[in-house]
Amino acid sequence: MADAKVIPFDDDRSRGSAVQRPPRRGRSGGSRRPGGEPARVHEVGEVQPLPSRTRAQDDVPVPHEEQRPDEPAQQPPLDEGGLEKRIASGLAFLRRRLTGDYEVDDFGYDAELTDHVLMSLLRPVYENYFRVDVKGVENIPSEGGALIVANHSGTLPLDGLMMQVAVHDHHPAGRHLRLLAADLVFVLPVVNELARKLGHTLACAEDAERLLSQGELVGVMPEGFKGIGKPFSERYKLQRFGRGGFVSTALRQGTPIIPCSIVGAEEIYPMLGNSKTLARLLGFPYFPLTPTFPWLGPLGAIPLPTKWTIQFGEPIPTDGYPPEAAEDPMLMFNLTDQVREQIQHTLYKLLVQRRSVFF
Amino acid sequence: MGKVVLVTGVARQLGGRFVRRIQRDPDVDRVVAVDAVPPEHHLGGADFIRTDIRQPTIARVLAETAADTVVHLDVTATALGSGNRATVKETNVIGTMQLLGACQKSPTVRRLVVKSSTNVYGSAPRDPAVFSETTPPKSLPSGGFAKDTVEVEGYVRGFARRRPDVAVCVLRLANILGPNADSPLASYFSLPVLPTVFGYDPRLQFAHEDDVIEVLRIASHEPRRGTLNSGTFNIAGDGVLLLSQCSRRLGRPTVPLLLPAVTWAGSLVRTLGMTDFSPEQIRLLTHGRVVDTTQMRETLGFQPKYTTAETFAEFARSRGPGLLPPEALAGAVDRIAALPVAGGGHPPTQSAN
Repeated sequence: MADAKVIPFDDDRSRGSAVQRPPRRGRSGGSRRPGGEPARVHEVGEVQPLPSRTRAQDDVPVPHEEQRPDEPAQQPPLDEGGLEKRIASGLAFLRRRLTGDYEVDDFGYDAELTDHVLMSLLRPVYENYFRVDVKGVENIPSEGGALIVANHSGTLPLDGLMMQVAVHDHHPAGRHLRLLAADLVFVLPVVNELARKLGHTLACAEDAERLLSQGELVGVMPEGFKGIGKPFSERYKLQRFGRGGFVSTALRQGTPIIPCSIVGAEEIYPMLGNSKTLARLLGFPYFPLTPTFPWLGPLGAIPLPTKWTIQFGEPIPTDGYPPEAAEDPMLMFNLTDQVREQIQHTLYKLLVQRRSVFF
Repeated sequence: MGKVVLVTGVARQLGGRFVRRIQRDPDVDRVVAVDAVPPEHHLGGADFIRTDIRQPTIARVLAETAADTVVHLDVTATALGSGNRATVKETNVIGTMQLLGACQKSPTVRRLVVKSSTNVYGSAPRDPAVFSETTPPKSLPSGGFAKDTVEVEGYVRGFARRRPDVAVCVLRLANILGPNADSPLASYFSLPVLPTVFGYDPRLQFAHEDDVIEVLRIASHEPRRGTLNSGTFNIAGDGVLLLSQCSRRLGRPTVPLLLPAVTWAGSLVRTLGMTDFSPEQIRLLTHGRVVDTTQMRETLGFQPKYTTAETFAEFARSRGPGLLPPEALAGAVDRIAALPVAGGGHPPTQSAN
């Protein structure tokens, strides 16, 4: 059964697999001749994908390799009065917060609070609860604007937050992901405050373009409520990608589009039913009925501890198009479809590789 | 060929300061200051003409003085002294209509500067985070000063269409703060305890009084080389402050209230006539507002001297410490840091840190 599913993706990835092999041989110090030629070809054409694919082939070890050298670097200060230093820096942080002596950007993004507090609150969920595996972080450029387009699922937008932690913790340049959120987020009290401080902003062309032109990394989930509020039976089936506004935004700014596939979020709240009456009453786009929610009350709102994989795909460049390309609906639909297909294929591939929902 | 500048709304601090400032400009021959009430401050030798801009007499004043530059500053949120909201609205809207009608008839007027406000953008959760001059507001302000400014700008646009020979400059000013500012936000920040809306931390932007005077001066003169001073411009200091930051820097504690409670309390206070805590003020303190100032820099060629944070620091200095002065809090934290207990027997290293 698995074979039947895998074959089409191998077809799809035939270009990729051709590139993957040579550098691996080169690394192991084997004969250069078979590997040399393809490598050179790709050095001319696409410089970035070359190292990325070799690492993507190794799958999981990427984050581990990066973490290991960090750990010893952090440990020595712990031994020699690390606690003191930590207390001192904690107090300095407290002092800055209490006196209001910190900076936020035009969007209300509070980098200090995000790094020191909010990320440390999300990290245990990310590392220990969902045990997120990240692949292909090297596809995210270390500087300049880029638009990450991901699938959306899970009833509550935890996938966006996990993606933010993934980029923040695993990207070598420590980049911050600026997510575009639905307007509902900015209507709700507390939620809107936290979202702004985490660097999220309203999903509209103006904000997205402003962020991209500032060279920020922007994350968008074009499926919106259709994706996050779809029934459990339709899991991992990508919904329509809005009106493709994200493509014209990227085209106008000439920033690459990075498709991102998130596996695992679909099963955190298996949405078996949707109470439309309650949703309309509360003003929400949907009101989920899961096996536990709302029957068990707040206990039912605890997500299932699924095992997640977040895969960042190969960037789709948009700077080769003329400036008027953003006004071309045909091209926009084609690019939207291309991004959508790529995410969908990667989703299926990751699903085949997945051993179980929970492990 | 001297210039004659007619300024409305001079009984206010801002108008008075602007009149005093522009008189010192060498190419200005005469400044005609107009308001319905005599100003309490001196006008530095400007000719004060007491006239209500809601009356057609303003046309005669304009004709007699042969003013070539009109600076309309009488678009304000609050009444001066006694006066209710209805009077303010009438002065804002009818006054502007009368003034524009007078300008349209005047053959001498060459330049019109109108003080507007970033209130025209409203404040809603569905708006983009940063407004540029061309951003249409998602929800038009339903009333109050914000609606006045929208209507005033509408009439000004009509005037600009009918008199294309007149250079029209609309300045959308962010909340004005400074040592002497008498804006509604300034009186809000003077409260001993700041009521805030629970669960919202709005982004605020301020413009310093000195910068406002300067930008009005730039707008009322001939444009400098390479700049253009007709059109609509957002005016604000660089950067953004959150309301929570403002309260901490002021040292005034906040009382978070639920949004319905705030709206209710606001209307109660308004009926009692204690303060002007208007609905748009509440919306601003709920959702906040940030404007893009690229046009101000690149087209108008104006660089504000004060950033938003500096403007606020200046304002905080002029108001004196609140109940929780930031210095005292910082001192308390420093004392905790100096405690030898936390270090576990290494007090010297800690104090060194």
